[in-house]
Amino acid sequence: MSIFEYNGSAIIGMAGKECVAIGSDLRFGVQFQTLATDYQKIYRIHDKLYLGLAGLGTDAQTLAARFKFKHNMYKLREERDIRPSTFGQLVSSTLYEKRFGPYFCSPVVAGLDKDNVPYLCGMDTIGAIETAKDFMVAGTAPDSLYGMCESMFRPDLEPEELFEVLSQCLLAGTDRDALSGWGAIVHVITKDKTNSRTLKGRMD
Amino acid sequence: MVGLGLDLSVLENPSKSAATDAQLDGLSVGVDLGMQSFPLPQVHDLDSFEREVMEYVKPSHGTTTLGFIFQGGVIMAVDSRASMGSYISSQTVKKVIEINPFLLGTMAGGAADCQFWLRNLGTQCRLYELNTGKRITVRAASKLLANTMYSYKGMGLSMGTMVAGWDATGPGLYYVDSDGQRTKGQVFSVGSGSLYAYGVLDQGYKWDLDVETAVELGRRAIYHATFRDAVSGGTVSVYHVTEKGWTKISGTDVGELHYEYYDNPEKHPCNGTQPI
Repeated sequence: MSIFEYNGSAIIGMAGKECVAIGSDLRFGVQFQTLATDYQKIYRIHDKLYLGLAGLGTDAQTLAARFKFKHNMYKLREERDIRPSTFGQLVSSTLYEKRFGPYFCSPVVAGLDKDNVPYLCGMDTIGAIETAKDFMVAGTAPDSLYGMCESMFRPDLEPEELFEVLSQCLLAGTDRDALSGWGAIVHVITKDKTNSRTLKGRMD
Repeated sequence: MVGLGLDLSVLENPSKSAATDAQLDGLSVGVDLGMQSFPLPQVHDLDSFEREVMEYVKPSHGTTTLGFIFQGGVIMAVDSRASMGSYISSQTVKKVIEINPFLLGTMAGGAADCQFWLRNLGTQCRLYELNTGKRITVRAASKLLANTMYSYKGMGLSMGTMVAGWDATGPGLYYVDSDGQRTKGQVFSVGSGSLYAYGVLDQGYKWDLDVETAVELGRRAIYHATFRDAVSGGTVSVYHVTEKGWTKISGTDVGELHYEYYDNPEKHPCNGTQPI
């Protein structure tokens, strides 16, 4: 079994009209054994920027801690929060540093840029950036998640609609994957606040 | 193979056919059926070829099944998920195979192997009935299956099954697998989620259980296995066997069952810690 499937995960980032959402499942397992159902894979960088880390849990935690450190250093130097697009580049170069012994994680970056323009990007394990206008997926069931997003997504969704679409994609997508699911959490980022909600899902 | 020296006159009056000759005939027909000849692939190294083929033809890897005998008969409970690696290929698999009104078999391992050979066992049991005029015992039925399994040993069959039922001697429960092993027992659980199911089952099992509690124990054991085991899930089906034969008690979607047992997600023991 691949090291990417050791813990199991499912992450979707999705852009709307002046809003962006990111959601993940809540399972933490070791191969086929489920150990916890409240394990969050999405990390808050600042009020308008979230980072999802799919893949190997231990590497995700290490990376999350490193990015928190790097953002703190950035704030001290620049006296402002980092822009999502800048942070995307930071993630990419941090991953490429380990070109010949990579972190086994694929990140999804979701945030609101200047003028509340959604910023969404994903990467492979060594930092090849892929920006998207619509949605980005990562985890152990990318095929199912892509299939759901591809058929459910519409451009310029309002925050509440965006929440509904992303949630349905996440729940239905993880229902075909044995390694992810067991509930989900969705963050909808708008210009004045972020709305975080946990979803009930199938627990098998 | 059917028709080889099969005396059809027994069909007219099964009760009269208890002659020793007919019995012997019946047994030989049964044995023939269990050893059909399948064409072997024309390859140099059959063993490694079969090993490679196994990777393609074994869809139902994850499973939880259980069975136990108690004061009120036999309970059989199963999940309904089929997976290929981490992909869930079906949530609606029938893992209890109804061999006849008094015999049940369960499915773990290769889905095709279990379906085919348990249907084959049904045929053998029916022919036994036709030839002897008596219902087959659970002991004899499980042995027919175990003999079939032994004759194919080393050829890559994959199944772990429980044969349960009711006969003249009372309730019966046997574990039979593709290695040819056959064990009589009171409590069994088979499949990738079996360890989780045993945990619940051993904790709650008593001989004196009333039927309602026994059914609930079976359902709960499977539910907990589907929760912990990633490749078990779907619906929980529970069967009950008595002297009148088997009845299906329930089929419950785990998606609903979980919230029946734990209506408040925040109170669930797997929640309530913030890792970061």
